[in-house]
Amino acid sequence: MAGLLNIGTTFIPSSSNLLRNPNSLPSLRTNNPSNKTLIQAKIREIFMPALSSTMTEGKIVSWVKSEGDKLSKGESVVVVESDKADMDVETFYDGYLAAIMVEEGGVAAVGSAIALLAETEDEISEARSKANSSSPSAVVAETKMEKPQETVASIPPPPSPVKVSVPIAVSASSIHPASEGGKRIVASPYAKKLAKDLKVDLGSVVGSGPMGRIVAKDVEAAAAAAAAVVVSGAAPESPKPVAQSAPAKVSGSPGIELGSVVPFTTMQGAVSRNMVESLNVPTFRVGYTITTDALDALYKKIKSKGVTMTALLAKATALALAKHPVVNSSCRDGNSFTYNSSINIAVAVAIDGGLITPVLQDADKVDIYTLSRKWKELVDKARAKQLQPHEYNTGTFTLSNLGMFGVDRFDAILPPGTVSYSTSNSELLTLQRSLQGAIMAVGASQPSVVATKDGRIGMKSQMQVNVTADHRVIYGADLASFLQTLAKIIEDPKDLTL
Amino acid sequence: MQASISLSMASPAIIRSDCAVEFFSINASKPLNLRFCGLRREALGSTALKQLDSSRVVSSRRKQSKKLSASLSSNGSPSKGFDYDLVIIGAGVGGHGAALHAVEKGLKTAIIEGDVVGGTCVNRGCVPSKALLAVSGRMRELQSEHHLKALGLQSHNSQEPLGYFKVSAAGYDRQGVADHANNLASKIRNNLTNSMKAIGVDILTGVGTILGPQKVKYGKVGFSDNVITAKDIIIATGSIPFVPKGIEVDGKTVITSDHALKLEFVPDWIAIVGSGYIGLEFSDVYTALGSEVTFVEALDQLMPGFDPEIGKLAQRVLINPRKIDYHTGVFASKITPAKDGKPVTIELIDAKTKEPKDTLEVDAALIATGRAPFTKGLGLENINVATQRGFVPVDERMQVLDTDGNLVRHLYCIGDANGKMMLAHAASAQGISVVEKVCGKDHVLNHLSIPAACFTHPEISMVGLTEPQAREKSEKEGFEISVAKTSFKANTKALAENEGEGIAKLIYRPDNGEILGVHIFGLHAADLIHEASNAIALGTRIQDIKFAVHAHPTLSEVLDELFKSAKVSL
Repeated sequence: MAGLLNIGTTFIPSSSNLLRNPNSLPSLRTNNPSNKTLIQAKIREIFMPALSSTMTEGKIVSWVKSEGDKLSKGESVVVVESDKADMDVETFYDGYLAAIMVEEGGVAAVGSAIALLAETEDEISEARSKANSSSPSAVVAETKMEKPQETVASIPPPPSPVKVSVPIAVSASSIHPASEGGKRIVASPYAKKLAKDLKVDLGSVVGSGPMGRIVAKDVEAAAAAAAAVVVSGAAPESPKPVAQSAPAKVSGSPGIELGSVVPFTTMQGAVSRNMVESLNVPTFRVGYTITTDALDALYKKIKSKGVTMTALLAKATALALAKHPVVNSSCRDGNSFTYNSSINIAVAVAIDGGLITPVLQDADKVDIYTLSRKWKELVDKARAKQLQPHEYNTGTFTLSNLGMFGVDRFDAILPPGTVSYSTSNSELLTLQRSLQGAIMAVGASQPSVVATKDGRIGMKSQMQVNVTADHRVIYGADLASFLQTLAKIIEDPKDLTL
Repeated sequence: MQASISLSMASPAIIRSDCAVEFFSINASKPLNLRFCGLRREALGSTALKQLDSSRVVSSRRKQSKKLSASLSSNGSPSKGFDYDLVIIGAGVGGHGAALHAVEKGLKTAIIEGDVVGGTCVNRGCVPSKALLAVSGRMRELQSEHHLKALGLQSHNSQEPLGYFKVSAAGYDRQGVADHANNLASKIRNNLTNSMKAIGVDILTGVGTILGPQKVKYGKVGFSDNVITAKDIIIATGSIPFVPKGIEVDGKTVITSDHALKLEFVPDWIAIVGSGYIGLEFSDVYTALGSEVTFVEALDQLMPGFDPEIGKLAQRVLINPRKIDYHTGVFASKITPAKDGKPVTIELIDAKTKEPKDTLEVDAALIATGRAPFTKGLGLENINVATQRGFVPVDERMQVLDTDGNLVRHLYCIGDANGKMMLAHAASAQGISVVEKVCGKDHVLNHLSIPAACFTHPEISMVGLTEPQAREKSEKEGFEISVAKTSFKANTKALAENEGEGIAKLIYRPDNGEILGVHIFGLHAADLIHEASNAIALGTRIQDIKFAVHAHPTLSEVLDELFKSAKVSL
């Protein structure tokens, strides 16, 4: 296929591509508002472009230009091998190829820098010193992401950027008879692949396979353990709900060496920053217990028609939101209400160790059968990593359900906002405030003994919901009446099938 | 001369047309084996019609052959006094193809087999491996829930889509799969045996040894040898798996394709040494059955025999997304089978510097480093012939050359034993070519028209030159070459099957429209290649074949598009 596609890409992959991959989290690099002022960059980074919708990393096939070469706009600079094809990547700027950071044959994650482009010849040396200062991370894509954004020539590199020192972890390696006391790591081919995908250091994984070999499930367990250590699975890159955690496989956590201090990975750092950022939003929570017997009965009745519980909950929520537009609003600038024109219910789905929020658009208007089909389609796409940006970042209200794990109540963090790039210019940065002002955590529905007003005691299925909202726009009474409406709809669900 | 042959053949054919029906009813499944081994189907058809009961027509045939050889023997060696016109040593696909064609041409033919009829292809190669690959193909379909869903098919154990999802796992019964492969091999073997018996080929059991010119002995160990004479002799003894030095094959954990096809166990992790056709096909089988695979390849790239572009794409589809990793540019210098609770250990050294590089510990190792000719004990020294790395030296007409480079009269070697092109159907084609020659019709087989296929999912096939080979040739001979490509993504049938991954590539001369090579990677590539190989064999040019009509919508339109996209400057 090489050569068939000759798409000149921009240096900066589109934000949609960046956001699609929950693992690469490239948006976080520029999550620093101070960068907004750095438009006068003279040294630009050349990024690994996203050449296909499924590409997460690319291999440098060859550099067409060498360091020091003058480039003019539109010229091919590098040939990149993606998961699908080899493609020439062109420059969108005039300048000099100052420093190559990922050599031929090297692999870099989409959105990570692979070279520096200087605007004038004088800046080449400056760029090179910069490249050298980050060279240890140049080959390994994920560590490179740690490098603080420094597109400005005039600002010296931060004193000591926290780099992920890849733990060599000799002592913690597998107890494999032939691994020569941990010097060699014996891992199966799939375990190695998974480790690369999930960014797990094999040196810290204890193998449970034949003769202590590391097999796929060891890597998965290590990744799950790592994810559990991070603040409950916060998805930092977009309007995704934050309180979803990967199902807790925490116990045992074989990859953790007790008594040690382990620096954050890129993703963990990003999560951390985003969580701190979320403190800027004054949130509060209101909980409600809803009886689900009628809903369960309805579900049983129309399940055969392909209706899912997720769609029913989304539909009920949307109908309640329609009566309480303020709960569907958000505060983007600290000075105003933004009433969203449509009701788009995002539903958090844990997937492949990550998390994504497929959005059911106009959930109040679409009928339950269509909504159910749409949901199935979205989930399939999500699993195939084929969701388009508008299918996961346009939610105006998020549902997060941990009921299937037996969780009866929990509390979600309202994601502070979403960062997006302009697609053609690396310096442009907009911090788009979240579209949503509230997120609802749904617990398991379980049989409870209930005393009713007429003095009787009975058994009813009940579930607890807990809404986290931005108090700048949504007040306690708003949430309370919203929840009351929601409870009414769920307890008398005839409207859901209209 | 030829006219007289065809005339004399034609009349008995008409007389015996009633027997032809009977023949086919006995061997109803017969055409199957032909397809598997790539034999010429028309050879059988005409054979069946013309030469049904060899004992009945022996006299007439003998007459013919005498007439033939008399007229041929300008050098004055009569065929009178020989036991057979043609004796073939080795009843593999090559020998079988030669025998069928020889009978068709009226030669009294015997075939000597020391093991089982069918040779490597039928018993330990192409045939049983196709059975395993058929299983692996279906496993892949069933395991690809996404692919099934894209077709609208539902799997039964999908969960409520909130939270985690499980892929429904298709299961298999190892013994059942192994039995399928074994049953297929015996069925094809019986078909092959019957097809030769039915037309009167004498199947002689024992190891054949050449005693001298036109003289062969055969016999089982412990029994007295029989000596027979033949006007012409064809060596078709085939090959055995090649095992490099330092590798200890125990048949359990360190195995060759011979053992692997029995599928006695499916290891969790298997190293495959060699990433050619055999290694690649087995990686397809093992990964579909749940194994993880590590390739060990001596050259710098995986799949070194393929056109580089095809190889690269194939790697992205057949290797990278599967549970496979690889070491390239390394030799497996020492492989020790698993014993005493220790795994199979593989010591890797750098292919160039010979420095130790790594040690692998795996559950099993499959040695797929190619095949070595099986030519020991043939008695070649009796006729002053020395093998080269085990191969019998031959000229372009498969005539054996002696140590002085002179032709050994009446002795031919076909198939893996001569090493020209180690493919079952190539051996058969060479056999047919030799029979043509001994019947007085000089024939040189164009090896560039012989297709090759690798039956992975999807398949890879090729005929003629690779792009680098074509470029080298064009520079040497001073002509231009061009390359045309089409994608399966543009083919309606492929998209209907949801199998749009694939490419067809044509290397040709723009000045005269000659097809130099065609390479296909995609759904049913192995079946698609024949339009191109036939065009090369018949000398059809692009400007002519591009007007041939293809049914729509079919995969064959991939080649239609390919020929149409070529730009011939005529």
